[in-house]
Amino acid sequence: MEPIIEIKNLEKHYGDVNAVNGLSFGIKPGICFGLLGPNGAGKTTTIEMMEGVLEPSAGEILYKGQRIGSQFKNEAGIQFQATSLQEFLTVRETLQLFKNLYANNLDWDELVELCSLQELLDRDNQKLSGGQRQRLLLALALVNDPELVFLDEPTTGLDPQARRNFWDLVRLVRSRNKTIILTTHYMEEAFELCDEIVIVDKGKLIAEGSPEVLLKNHFGDSIVQIPQKDISSSQLDRLALSHKARGEWIEFQTHDPQVIIEALLKVSVSLAGMRLRAWSLEDLFIHLTGKQLRL
Amino acid sequence: MKRFLAVMHARNLEFIRDRSALSWTLIMPFFLVFAFAFIFSDDNKSLYKVAYVGDQTQLDASEISFMDTQHLQVILYKNKEEALSKLQHHQIDMVFNERPEPIYWINASSPAGYMLERILWGSGGSDFNKQTVDGAEIRYVDWVLPGILSFNIMMGCLFGVGYVIVRYRKSGFLKRLKATPLSALEFLIAQMCSRLLLMLTITIFVFFGCDLFLNFTMLGSYLLLFLITLLGSICMISLGLLVAATISSEELAGGILNLITWPMMILSGVWFSLEGAHPFVQNVAQILPLTHLVDGARAIMTEGQGIADIYLNFIVLSVMSIVFLFLGAKIFRWE
Repeated sequence: MEPIIEIKNLEKHYGDVNAVNGLSFGIKPGICFGLLGPNGAGKTTTIEMMEGVLEPSAGEILYKGQRIGSQFKNEAGIQFQATSLQEFLTVRETLQLFKNLYANNLDWDELVELCSLQELLDRDNQKLSGGQRQRLLLALALVNDPELVFLDEPTTGLDPQARRNFWDLVRLVRSRNKTIILTTHYMEEAFELCDEIVIVDKGKLIAEGSPEVLLKNHFGDSIVQIPQKDISSSQLDRLALSHKARGEWIEFQTHDPQVIIEALLKVSVSLAGMRLRAWSLEDLFIHLTGKQLRL
Repeated sequence: MKRFLAVMHARNLEFIRDRSALSWTLIMPFFLVFAFAFIFSDDNKSLYKVAYVGDQTQLDASEISFMDTQHLQVILYKNKEEALSKLQHHQIDMVFNERPEPIYWINASSPAGYMLERILWGSGGSDFNKQTVDGAEIRYVDWVLPGILSFNIMMGCLFGVGYVIVRYRKSGFLKRLKATPLSALEFLIAQMCSRLLLMLTITIFVFFGCDLFLNFTMLGSYLLLFLITLLGSICMISLGLLVAATISSEELAGGILNLITWPMMILSGVWFSLEGAHPFVQNVAQILPLTHLVDGARAIMTEGQGIADIYLNFIVLSVMSIVFLFLGAKIFRWE
């Protein structure tokens, strides 16, 4: 399928700093696409160039096969990482202001209901909680019924409950056949929401694909974890299995956990504290870059 | 048009609901007018103003000793009619010339004229012929009111537009608007119209509010006064837009706005007349937009002058507005 938006050899330099260093990828219509990376990886710079807010130093951006033109602004909805709103306006007035800036509008009641703003319409927009505020900002991004929705770190700073609620909202938007482009440094968020991801670090692409496929390609299926205190070094020697120490845990990577468990029982390791976990994108990031996510 | 109206409406709401800004623009001019009306209502003059018509180099000894009198300021006039008109309005206390013949004029209803007459006689000027003019006094409050209203327009427009746009930029609200189909020109014109509407409403309200209590002098055309107020406001807003076109620091914006407003506050003749001031100062005053607004409004109100007398003020304000607006729109940045 033709990508709805595509970037080619995109670069952005600030003086000597290369914030984005030759990125290329395309995004198919109707998917939720994640741009992942640690803070400072160049995610926001990349997404802002795609939004047409920032001028690239080199490379090109094609929207529906064309360079970004005047129709783009009418068909894209944007939620910036940090946006302040005009003061002394209610949620309703803020929505109305943005509604009137566009030729096309999503039906008012639908929009209000979609973002669960019914109760908040008459509240001052400066007096919203973090989660309520993100819902309003999302509503502003959807006010023109866009084909393409950009969400730049939409859940940063939200508590876990509010974050989960916001994820439900994003899934709802996605189910309306919109293309969503999301940046995040929460690997869990990308795993939950995204059909496809690219991982960037230091302005360069280091992996792309669907989260499941990426994990499968880079790792075995699962990890068996035993608390370090439950296993001695002589037991480990006798096991002769490849393992890694990770914090309080000794980890065994395997396609078949049963093989590991039987081997452990053979050398009389207590399984009382044993855990089985799946690989996460966090592991993938460490695997690819040799370092922790710099949070 | 829909976009323009939406932005303007939102800005109007923001202003009306921002109580501190609203009360500042509304109450301050009332307060100033009444404060000046009371503080300067007594006639304890500390300085007498005397107009000399002619060329100062031709003075003889008697006038020089008269002019050396303490607390007496001599202002040189080329035009006798202009000096006499000021005398009629009690803006100066005496006019005299020596050629073709020594004559002095005083206002029959001014006690200051009587005092100066005595001083002139005592300084050896008894050979002057006496002439009198008549005319009601223009009180200081009548004179200062157009100044205060203009001053309020200046502050309201410069800070209300300049400072607010810088705040929008700093907070990222402008960046959010940039991502919409709104154009820079639509945004700027909406800001301008919103402020224009609010400043004119407030000025009209203050004008008639003060009139109720002070019954001040208004000799000229209301239409002309409205037009110069409109043009002056546009000029100040354009200047505010120019200041706010690119900077994103509120401190810097505040500093620049103060740098602009302070000279105008002092040199544009808001509180006191610049007559008799050093020619350099008078020239500097001519490049300040507030001077032209104050002069124009004051000429209409206290002297009843028409467009033929003050067309220069209109031209200067128009040219300045166009230049400021053009430059401001050209260098405007959303971020």
